[in-house]
This record gives sequence, structure tokens and C-alpha cells, in this order.
Amino acid sequence: MRTPIMPVPRLTSEQLDGLARDLDAVRDAVMADLGTPDAEYIRRLLRLQGRLELAGRALLYLGFLPPVWVAAVVCLAVSSLLNREEIGHNVLHGQYDWMGDPALSSQNVEWEGLASSKDWRRSHNYVHHTFTNVLGKDRDIGYGIMRVSPEQKWHPYYLGNGLYAALLMLLLDWGFALHDLEVDRLLRRERAWSENREIHRRLRRKIGVRVLREYVLFPALTGPFFFSTLAANACAKVLRDLWTSALIFCGHFPAGVVTFTEEELADEGRGHWYYRQLLGTANFDGGRLFQIMTGHLGHQIEHHLFPDMPSRRYPQIAPQVRAVCDKYGLPYNTGPLHRQFFSTWRSILRLSLPSRVVTRRGATSRRLGRLRVRTDTVGRR
Amino acid sequence: MTLVLRPNANWRGFEAGQYVRLGVEVNGVRRHRCFSLASSAHRKDRSIEISARVNPDGIVSPYLKHRATTGEMYTVSPAQGEFTLPERRPAHLLMIGSGSGVTPLMSILRTLHDEHHSGRVTFLHYARTEADMLYRDELEDMTRHRPHLTVVRAYTAQRTGGDLYGHLSEEHLAAVGVDVVDVAAADAYVSGPPDLVETVRGIWTARGLADRLHTENFAAPVAPTAAPTTHSVPHAKVIFARSGVSAPAAGVSLLELAEASGLRPPFGCRQGICTTCTSRKLGGTVRHLLNGEVSHVEEEQIRLCVSAPYGDVTLDL
Ligand SMILES: Cc1cc2nc3c(=O)[nH]c(=O)nc-3n(C[C@H](O)[C@H](O)[C@H](O)COP(=O)(O)OP(=O)(O)OC[C@H]3O[C@@H](n4cnc5c(N)ncnc54)[C@H](O)[C@@H]3O)c2cc1C
Ligand code: FES
Repeated sequence: MRTPIMPVPRLTSEQLDGLARDLDAVRDAVMADLGTPDAEYIRRLLRLQGRLELAGRALLYLGFLPPVWVAAVVCLAVSSLLNREEIGHNVLHGQYDWMGDPALSSQNVEWEGLASSKDWRRSHNYVHHTFTNVLGKDRDIGYGIMRVSPEQKWHPYYLGNGLYAALLMLLLDWGFALHDLEVDRLLRRERAWSENREIHRRLRRKIGVRVLREYVLFPALTGPFFFSTLAANACAKVLRDLWTSALIFCGHFPAGVVTFTEEELADEGRGHWYYRQLLGTANFDGGRLFQIMTGHLGHQIEHHLFPDMPSRRYPQIAPQVRAVCDKYGLPYNTGPLHRQFFSTWRSILRLSLPSRVVTRRGATSRRLGRLRVRTDTVGRR
Repeated sequence: MTLVLRPNANWRGFEAGQYVRLGVEVNGVRRHRCFSLASSAHRKDRSIEISARVNPDGIVSPYLKHRATTGEMYTVSPAQGEFTLPERRPAHLLMIGSGSGVTPLMSILRTLHDEHHSGRVTFLHYARTEADMLYRDELEDMTRHRPHLTVVRAYTAQRTGGDLYGHLSEEHLAAVGVDVVDVAAADAYVSGPPDLVETVRGIWTARGLADRLHTENFAAPVAPTAAPTTHSVPHAKVIFARSGVSAPAAGVSLLELAEASGLRPPFGCRQGICTTCTSRKLGGTVRHLLNGEVSHVEEEQIRLCVSAPYGDVTLDL
């Protein structure tokens, strides 16, 4: 069920302050309540992930039996998914820093992603979560390769929008790793090569180790099944990336998600930051297991409001966040995954063409002042 | 409450009188507390013993008493502290201890015992009542086997059964025959709550013997109780431990303070979102700039950009 999208209300500064107070209260209550169950949750997941990986690697000794091979791929894909999303992504957000356990500290953990944790924390925790959906600032809007908002100027390059999205879905991990190098800005000479030197070094090391591990060492360990293991490892990664990218696209690119301009950031208070997070993200529905398998990305709204809150708390506070949205007349964009996915792809494909964008955008801009709603090109029911 | 711990292979041993920082996870949070080791430094099985007074308002000691179970894992810092015996064991030792403060003294006694030390040891042992007196039976046993050991039991809240009553005073020292001026050979070791340590220090200083005195202070960490609306605490100091720089605390964030002191800690959003500036606070209290919450003094990870000093603070920067 989709909340009506337009018009998006503009809040007065008193309302924004109220919004900040209300959301801070939601946050403070949960943060004061953190304890053993949260600690046990993340440790249980770590153990589960380790066991799945072990199982996957072991099964590949019987990789010549097709069903076993498939089971191994599934184990490895799920283990990798947990490592990246429900564990890695969330731990790197500092969701478990309160525990004081160095093994779960945002500053220490090195995840399985190809991008080093350090670079990821900069491009994701800092750039994306601070400047969420601000055109020209948030580099996660289309990741510098896609056009996902009518506000991005059309260029014949974007005729390949769908293709770029599909490729990114297949090779998400590599995409993220290269993302940190900001190649598009290098080409436009907005960034110096020298700024990338350290990142290059870290990337080379990390990629070297990963590639050796997945595509040389583990295959070699299975002796005669070298190629079967290699294929399984590669499949696991691709499966994981397809799934993760679908989730991420659905959290940020579906209809109803709003983008902002840099001018709106001037003197931004906490209330407006919250406001921006609420309008810049979308949820999708699902049960507990489903949310774990998505790294709780189905609660993208709650995650963007409280990136350092342990993710297992998001379902618990969702009704409160929704109530706050209702109080201020703000939309709470949610729907089933398949619908958000469909909406996302329709948008990506439509945006490969320049059609109608200008007039529609003019209309929207007039109605909403400086606010921009991405849905205008994808139509509305 | 007494606890025996079996350290792993990383443990480098300790000297009698030293303490460790014990890291115990209570309700998901790893808490660090200092505890002196009470066991002999020569124990064959390398296990270590601590004795803790259970503070009903505390976090760690009640946990250890009521909820800890055999087989749990804790972290232990390397042994630290200067409250140790010289390499050449003193010929005459005067030990004064009170409450749980006797733990490092027990370690010293047990260690000397294992070394078959033959020097004179006088132990002035304070406790509220007989029931509160830690290691009473073991000490009694020891005195029977070691003619050179004298244990003087002093009760502060009980009027019978002991050797002395009330708090430590010059009279107490005189009564046990410890004529401090004359006992030039005696090294004095005092361990206990701050007021006991201060009293002894006063007496020893007045007699010009301050350099013969070794002290261990068992002060519990105390968070300042000023109203959380106060934006800074006067005369407070921020120490950047790794860089060896310090700065007077001001109302600004620790990130700004570090930058003003010439440090370059990493940062991103500067509004508490991204965790780029997360650093380890080694001690001291900070105020969260967004919700005004004042932290306790223990070690924890904090975001420099949204934390302001609230009293002395030491950072791992
Ligand atoms: C070198 C040294 C050696 C020591 N050796 C020993 C020893 O051998 N045996 C021994 O028993 N003690 C020893 N101590 C003292 C011991 O470290 C402290 O008493 C310690 O506080 C005990 O922890 P706890 O769990 O009992 O209480 P804590 O949890 O530390 O509580 C102490 C007080 O602080 C308050 N408090 C706790 N947390 C907070 C918070 N988050 N916010 C505000 N207030 C809070 C509590 O209400 C309580 O009043 C030693 C201390 C030092 C410095
Ligand atoms: S700089 Fe982003 S949390 Fe401090």
C-alpha cells in the first residue's frame, strides 16, 4: 500500500524542530534500552555466517554432484550476504560501538566487500548518509553512472541507463569499490589523481587478497574440482550482488523518493536533516527472516533516520516513525518489494529518455517550491 | 566476593601488589574496572585471584557476585601499578589496609610466604566488623606458621573481639608498638579508601618519612554531579594521550578542541551521523551535544564531533 505522494508538505522551522524532538525521543528510548539481546543477536549472526561459509566450502569437495554444488553456492551466497549487509554494513555504521567490543567496532572491522571498510565509511556513512539525495552531493544518486532522477541532466549516454543498472546489479561489489575512486569526477577534472593514491593502494591489497582467496586458494584446496569450486564462488558473489542491488535500488530509487538541492543544505538543522532522510528513502515490507536476509534494508527509512541504531530494532520503531510522519503530514513510502522493484525499474528505463521531463518538472517545481519529487516521470496511480 | 581467573597464553605475569583492568560484559556493554590481584605472584597454575567489595549501586561487582558463571570470559589488561616490593625484600614491612584495600597486601604477604621471606611483617588490618574482615581465617593461619608476621585487627564499627577499635590514628600506631620514627628500616604500604590513605600520608609526611611510604588508592570513579545544563566545567583539562598534548576544556566539541590543539583527527559530517570521528575515550566524562547526556567515566567509544568535555577527559588520540 502506497502512501499518497503529493503534495509533499513543507514544514515551518518550528515544525522541523518538533520533528527533530519527536524523532530524537524515539531514538533515545531505544538507545537507552540496548543490552544483552542486541549483543547476542549480532554474535549469533556472526556465528551463523561463519558456519554457513564453512559448510559451503566443505560441500564443494562434493561439488561434482549438482545438488550439492547448488547447496554450496546458496550457503556461500547467504554467508557473503550476511557478512556484507546485516553484519558488515550495520557494524560499520557504528551500530554496535556502544558494546565496547573491539571485534564489533566500526573502526576496526574489515568486511568482505571489495572496498576497504575505511573508504566505504567515507563514501557511504559520510557522503551518502549526510547528503542523502542532495543532487551534486550525494554520489549514491545513480552512483555517477545512472540517471535515477529527472533532475539529473539528460545526455545521450543515459540511453544505456537500463544496461548500466543491469551491469551494476551483476557486479555491485566491484562497482562499489570503483565508486570510491570517483572516476566520473576524475574525468571532469574535479578530482586529482593524487587524491586516489591511498585508496588505490588499499583497493589493490583488498582485491588482491579477495581474488586470490576466492578464485585461486579455495578452488586449489578442492584439488580436482578446481573449476567447479571457482564457478561456485563466482556464482555466490553474483547471486549476492543481484539480491543486494535489488534491495538498495528499492530503498532509494522508487517512485515517491524526493531529491534536494545544495542550497537547501545551507544552515540545515537536525530537523531538516531528518526531513530529508524521511523523504529521500523508501521501505519495503517483509517478515523477520526476510528483513535479516535484506540486512534490514527494507527499513531504509528507519535506517536513514537512525543509522547507528542496531538494525534489529527498526521493525520495532517503524510504527512510531510512521506515527510521527502522520503527525507532520509526511509520506511514509512503503510497499511490497516486487512493487518497489517494478517502480524502480520503470523509473530507470524512463529516465534513459529525455521525454517530458522538462515540462513535468516545471509543474512539480512550481507546486512544491524547491522540493523535487522523482515520481513525476513515472506517472502516478 | 572472590574470583579466580585463568589467564590465557598472552598473560605476562605480575608483581605482588599490582592491579589489572578487568573487562566484563554486563548487559551487552564491556565495562572496565580496576582490581588488585590478591594471589601470590608465584602461583604454579598461573591463575590469578581478585576480591571485590560488592557495591550495590555499582555495575560490575554486583554482576560478578550474582550473575557471573564459571567459564565466562573476561579481558584483563597487563598488570600495572607501582605498589610493589623492591627487588631486595625489605627487612621490616609495615602494611596498613582497610576493606577491599587489603587485596594487594594479601598478594604481597602470600608472595613473601612463597619466597620463605624471613623479615618482620606487621599488618594493621582495618574492617568495619569481624564479619567484614577479608581473609581473616587465612591470616590467622599464616601467623601460626610465621613467627615474624604480626596481624593487628582493628574494627571501626565493633567494640569487642579485636585488637584495636576506631579509625587509624597516631595512638593506633603507638599501641601496636610501631614507633614509626624509630623504625627507620620499615617500609610502609598502605592501601584502602582515600581517607585512610590521606591520614597515613599526613602522619608519614609530618615525620619526614614520606619517601618510605607506598600507597594504593581504591577510589571508585565518580561522575561529576553538576547539572547537565552547565556547558563546561572550569579548570577541566583534555588530554590527547597518544600525541602527548593537552588543552583546557572549553564548551566546544572535542573534535574542535583537538583541531585547535593542532591535531588532525579524521572527520566527515561533523554532526554525529557518520562515525568517522569515533575515538576511544580512555577516561573522564563527556556531554553529548545533541541530547545533553553526561557519560560515566569509563572507557568507551565516543564521537568527537558531538561530545564536549564535562570535566577532565583523556582521549586515545
Ligand atoms: C588501582 C585500583 C585497584 C583497585 N582494586 C580493587 C580491589 O582489589 N577490590 C575492590 O573491591 N575494588 C578495587 N578497586 C576499586 C574498584 O575499581 C571500584 O570500586 C569500582 O568502581 C568497582 O566497580 P563496581 O562495579 O563495584 O562499581 P561501579 O560500577 O564502578 O560503580 C561505582 C559507583 O559509580 C556509580 N556509577 C556506575 N556507573 C555509572 C554511570 N554510568 N553513570 C553514573 N554513575 C555510575 C555507581 O552508582 C556507583 O556508586 C580498585 C581501584 C583502583 C583504582
Ligand atoms: S564527523 Fe561524522 S560522526 Fe563525527
